[in-house]
Amino acid sequence: MTGADVVFGLLGVVCFASGVLVVTARNLIHAALWLVVCFGALAGCYLVLTAEFVAWVQVLIYIGAVVVLMLFGAMLTRTPIGPVQDLDSGNRPVAALAGLATAGLLGVLVVDAFRAAYVDVHGTAVGDGHVMGTAIFRYYVLPFEIASVLLLAALVGAIVLTGQRRANQAAPGEH
Amino acid sequence: MTALEVAAKLVGCLLVFLTVPLLVGQLEHKAMAHMQSRLGPMYAGGFHGWAQLVADGVKFVQKESVVPSNADRQVFNLAPAVALLPYLFVLIAIPVGPGDSAHDLSVGVFFALAVVSVGVIGVLMAGWSSANKYSLLGGLRAGAQLMAYELPLVLAAASVAMAAGTLSLDGIAHAWHWWWLPYQGVGAFVFFTAALAELRRPPFDMPVADSEIVFGPFTEYTGLRFGLFILSEYAGIVVFSALTSVLFLGGWKGPFLEHQLGWLWLLIKTFALSFVVIWLRVSYPRLREDQLQKFAWAALVPLALGQVAVTGVVEVLR
Repeated sequence: MTGADVVFGLLGVVCFASGVLVVTARNLIHAALWLVVCFGALAGCYLVLTAEFVAWVQVLIYIGAVVVLMLFGAMLTRTPIGPVQDLDSGNRPVAALAGLATAGLLGVLVVDAFRAAYVDVHGTAVGDGHVMGTAIFRYYVLPFEIASVLLLAALVGAIVLTGQRRANQAAPGEH
Repeated sequence: MTALEVAAKLVGCLLVFLTVPLLVGQLEHKAMAHMQSRLGPMYAGGFHGWAQLVADGVKFVQKESVVPSNADRQVFNLAPAVALLPYLFVLIAIPVGPGDSAHDLSVGVFFALAVVSVGVIGVLMAGWSSANKYSLLGGLRAGAQLMAYELPLVLAAASVAMAAGTLSLDGIAHAWHWWWLPYQGVGAFVFFTAALAELRRPPFDMPVADSEIVFGPFTEYTGLRFGLFILSEYAGIVVFSALTSVLFLGGWKGPFLEHQLGWLWLLIKTFALSFVVIWLRVSYPRLREDQLQKFAWAALVPLALGQVAVTGVVEVLR
């Protein structure tokens, strides 16, 4: 067991604990801030595995954009300071079941797919920009393109939906 | 690299972090005053008020730290640290000479942009936890502004990384030639403007508009914590000026003695850009919220995309 293993394990514990706090926190903003800790620990895990590029993209996208968007959304609503009583709904057992099922499925899938794949983290960095670029644009270019088409479709869909609503609102005023 | 060397470099980063922002703050005091036909601070320290910011710091430390009774105490107290520390970490990656930074990362551009974007969360935390409607409005405006300007910032940095063929900040400075000024000029404009907006500096200071929402997210802060927010603003100016210098103006490249005097060339460029930041504060009125958003989405994003396209075409043909 090397130092890297210990750090990886500790980061995993932080990641898991903050993840549990995200769903159990009674305070909506605290939940979002625990999510920051969770994503940060996950980025740390990537760093230990020498996947520098993924780690910093994780920080840039998930902490810098997604959590900021969530905080922004929470601030736009009537989120009170202090605990919120009606955060839990009757769907709790179903949600727990769905979460466990997804975690189990992903766990089995990853373990099964990468059982024999080991990464030597003590040599040169295996996850820097060059390696990632080669992998994405040479071997995984089709999934990359499909993902970008999907995002583009979502973008166009959002524009169409908001445009339609605006046209409907404008219609009564024209008469 | 021995442990001693690493420690020395980190102490160097800390020293730069504690002194250069103060110099920029003093420069702002004096430059702004002279542009407005005033003298600015003249008494503190004797010679042209050079110790004014030291005196300000001492004053901030002495003042009582007040937490509003309805505030979310933990989040409120933590916010200044979250806003300030990212700028300290970014300094680690900035190259001050050929191959000479505290730690050269192979993905330095992404590191810098990612870490800087974390600072926003500190401002949002401050805005929400203060239990004050002005703070909340300021926090909302800051959030909206940062989401809008993050995209052109990253696109402009991506363009220069494409032109250099590397994501390392030192590598980009190495690859820089004088003709990048016209070639990446639009990108430089977009990056610098978006950086101003990220820093909430005039003319993009809608989140802290003092004439309408007191001081935005920082309204309820007093004493040392308020001082830390102010320090984070000036540290941000230094970090973004240095990043702009490294990405678009060649960083440590200079007319001679790049290996010995690289730090000096970088410092000169950083201070020149910081002066421009101050100059813009004195000369432009504040943009309204809708103008701000429109400028980001309708002007900066298309310009940045155009720059990325031009860089892509040129790099493929080359």
